[in-house]
Amino acid sequence: MNALVITKALLEQHKLSDDEYKKILEILGREPNWTELGMFSAMWSEHCSYKSSRIHLKKLPTTGPRVVQGPGENAGAVDIGDGLCAVFKMESHNHPSFIEPYQGAATGVGGILRDIFTMGARPIALLNSLRFGGLDNANTRHLLKGVVSGIAGYGNCMGVPTVGGEIVFNDIYALNPLVNVFCLGIAKKDKIFLGKAAGVGNPVIYFGSKTGRDGIHGATMASDSFDEQAGQKRPTVQVGDPFTEKLLLEACLELMAGDCLVGIQDMGAAGLTSSACEMASREGTGVELELADVPRREPRMTPYEIMLSESQERMLMVAKAGREDEVIKICRKWDLDVAVIGRVTDTGKVVLKEHGQVVAEIPAKALADEGPRYDRPSSPPAYQEMLQALNHDALPDVKDANAALLALLDSPTIASKRWVYEQYDHMVRTNTMVRPGSDAAVLRVKGTNKALALSVDCNGRYCLLNPYEGAKIAIAECARNLACSGAEPIGVTDCLNFGNPQRPEVMWQFVLAIEGLKDACEALNVPIVSGNVSLYNETNDLSIYPTPMIGMVGLIEEADRAVTQWFKQSGDAIILLGQTREDLGGTEYLKVVHHREQGSPPLLSLETEKAVQACTIRLIREGLVQSAHDCSDGGLAVALTECCISGSAQRLGAVVQLPLDGLRRDALLFGESQSRILLSVKAEVAERVLNVAWDAGVHAARIGTVGGDRLVIQVDGDQRAAGCKIDLELTALYDHWGLAIPRALGQD
Amino acid sequence: MKIGVVVFPGSNCDHDCQYIFQDVLGQYVEMIWHKETLLAGLDAVVLPGGFSYGDYLRTGAIARFSPVMGAVKAFASKGGLVIGICNGFQILLEAGLLPGVMLRNTSLNFICKDVYVKVENAATRFTNQCESGQVLKIPIAHADGNYYTDPVTLGGIKANAQVLFRYCTADGKVTPDANPNGSLDNIAGIMNADGNVLGMMPHPERSAESILGNEDGRLIFQSMLSSFGKPELQSRLIGV
Repeated sequence: MNALVITKALLEQHKLSDDEYKKILEILGREPNWTELGMFSAMWSEHCSYKSSRIHLKKLPTTGPRVVQGPGENAGAVDIGDGLCAVFKMESHNHPSFIEPYQGAATGVGGILRDIFTMGARPIALLNSLRFGGLDNANTRHLLKGVVSGIAGYGNCMGVPTVGGEIVFNDIYALNPLVNVFCLGIAKKDKIFLGKAAGVGNPVIYFGSKTGRDGIHGATMASDSFDEQAGQKRPTVQVGDPFTEKLLLEACLELMAGDCLVGIQDMGAAGLTSSACEMASREGTGVELELADVPRREPRMTPYEIMLSESQERMLMVAKAGREDEVIKICRKWDLDVAVIGRVTDTGKVVLKEHGQVVAEIPAKALADEGPRYDRPSSPPAYQEMLQALNHDALPDVKDANAALLALLDSPTIASKRWVYEQYDHMVRTNTMVRPGSDAAVLRVKGTNKALALSVDCNGRYCLLNPYEGAKIAIAECARNLACSGAEPIGVTDCLNFGNPQRPEVMWQFVLAIEGLKDACEALNVPIVSGNVSLYNETNDLSIYPTPMIGMVGLIEEADRAVTQWFKQSGDAIILLGQTREDLGGTEYLKVVHHREQGSPPLLSLETEKAVQACTIRLIREGLVQSAHDCSDGGLAVALTECCISGSAQRLGAVVQLPLDGLRRDALLFGESQSRILLSVKAEVAERVLNVAWDAGVHAARIGTVGGDRLVIQVDGDQRAAGCKIDLELTALYDHWGLAIPRALGQD
Repeated sequence: MKIGVVVFPGSNCDHDCQYIFQDVLGQYVEMIWHKETLLAGLDAVVLPGGFSYGDYLRTGAIARFSPVMGAVKAFASKGGLVIGICNGFQILLEAGLLPGVMLRNTSLNFICKDVYVKVENAATRFTNQCESGQVLKIPIAHADGNYYTDPVTLGGIKANAQVLFRYCTADGKVTPDANPNGSLDNIAGIMNADGNVLGMMPHPERSAESILGNEDGRLIFQSMLSSFGKPELQSRLIGV
């Protein structure tokens, strides 16, 4: 490939603009060869370079007293005391999962696991956030089954429990599903490993699977939008091998237990190219690699293919000079390929040789850090006002509240996800105190009295209607989920899924969402320590709803104080913290019953939110709470239903009395007002709980009593209150909520 | 008691079994790498759950060729106590230490959930702390737990009271609905004729601590501990 002629078509194929190519010429002072062009293409892709998002991401709060490692490394790390850190991150694998759902999702899990154990942490929990089209679509059913079995296939084999997650079904994601995977690991605070190529002369060692021709240009593919021909990109999707990854995990942790390691990074997007240049760039060094020494699956692979392969389950490390044999011995013990493929240099360059012949030479920083940055134009879409305009007067109020509730419980977004999480091993490693199906998963931390609570959340419809408020709510709701288990939030990771950034309306959504995340994190005093951006989520020119997915970690100082969302005992008092307003905009009720996705999302006061959460955490810590549940999709009626029937041990009914207070009936029952938490407490402490709440400035009211085999909700008020009574047997509620998804899949 | 927990490449419940015996029950635990060929000084051996060799072939089909399995067979033939959980059960079947095979779950899916099992024989080294007919809640997590064997073998293990656990309802009824994976005769766990090798699909190590909300599984480990050194339980099956 010496006589390479750089044509417009070639640059287009590599997704490089004319200006970007000019910049490459400046950096190199010459024309790039084929390998170098490929390396720039991968590293300067949106996926690797964050070129459209980076200037905005800088606004996010990333520091705090617990932060041990903020963004920029493989994952973030937060101090949880006892000399331990929680290491966590969330990542997307949207594009590959659409092309090939099983392998796309599986390798997404593989990638995020590597990010965690690369830091020296043993992964102890996986969660996922998924978005699909409606289940009436055969392809969506195929995607859901494929993605779920891919996540299960990889995570189960690795022995890392998938302890929670959330799924939303909306037609907007039909041709661009979202697969976001979160992983958390535990590391010793003084044993965090970073991706740095330090120490000139130190060996660069490759280990893991052999390099093959799979996944070449995966990063570039992931930075593209799709059309009907998306299926043709199947060869850019990698194939996962969780068994090898399990060996890689154990080998890494064994290597890290010693002192021969200097730096380590996994080969994810852009494979060997990104690991080599990022490790050198972080440390200001260079690396020189001999490609003939890279373990390969097949002969005659070109340097271009070797550098851009995204074969899975591979790692690059820098070890201390002279300690090569120790490293090799441990890798061989775990039956992994291992080879010294180069050295750290002081040139600041990534130099690639093939049998001693230089085949590429690029400054490491230019590839890793000096890629293009864009401040892309942003402006609200022309349809924004129309979206937000919701005339309440034109909406008939609910006439049959029973039917409306059952319709909501049938909505797969609200229905039980048991069909999904029973396919995930959610108990391996024996830490899972609260399994999937409550507001947050809770895991004990062995060797301490503590527990960690984990939650992932985002309402994309709110973000469409108002990106700033929607993003704020995503943070607030995630924290509220944690508060409902008794946990104080200590760190956030995000996965920002948006459409094509070259559309001003998408950038407008992105910029506003960042502002929302920033304000909410600052108000709740929780830093964002890692994250990922996934742009170009559009197919046939249709962008997804802006979906800034949030993963949040909370700390429970006394593990045995953690609570779950379902009712525990007949006779307990039901208390509602927070106030119900006329918040119908963007609700699931509006979509399911009125077929509209319109209006303004519910109002959120961060002050109120903070007070409600603090009050809940305090009450749980004092041991006063039997159950706590966040009111979200489907409002108060759905939240009460879930309190009644989501427990695995028993179902308990409730009798509830609500004042109409001048609200619409549907807003009272199904509106999604924020900052509301349903508690159940022993009857004898109800008064005390109410006083604690009122003293803390939190609106609180006793609304009913646990017991019986029915859910009865009566509404007091004028004549308008008639007809909005809910009175249903728990078995009927469960028949809808519990079986809606298997039924939609034809598997009930 | 000194317990050896075998680590195959791909084992992933090895740490959980170690934790139960060592941290919860206060026993001495040694992790045994699958390339070991000698099991010296052990009182019991655990084959833990996981995906040995990725289970890319039939579950347990490769692990049975691991060097350690020769030692496990020798240990068992001398009357040593062996428990195989989940993948460990599958390996014991493949190795011929227990009769029968595992088929794919009838749903074809991996299933992770609590199930109930009925203790069919409480006079064994693995169940002596249970009551006969007692119902235990223990989780399963597998894709291949559908136990199968030929009618003659089934008749034999039933007649010998080698079936220790059968899937049942919460109140102890052995019904088709209570069978999570299609297992023959609702079988969840069996032992060998000599009563020193147990294979079971449910994971007792996941239900042996109050902080995890369930201690039923602990009875099985406590049975092993209490039987140790009791010759009447070490000899052939009681009640045969």
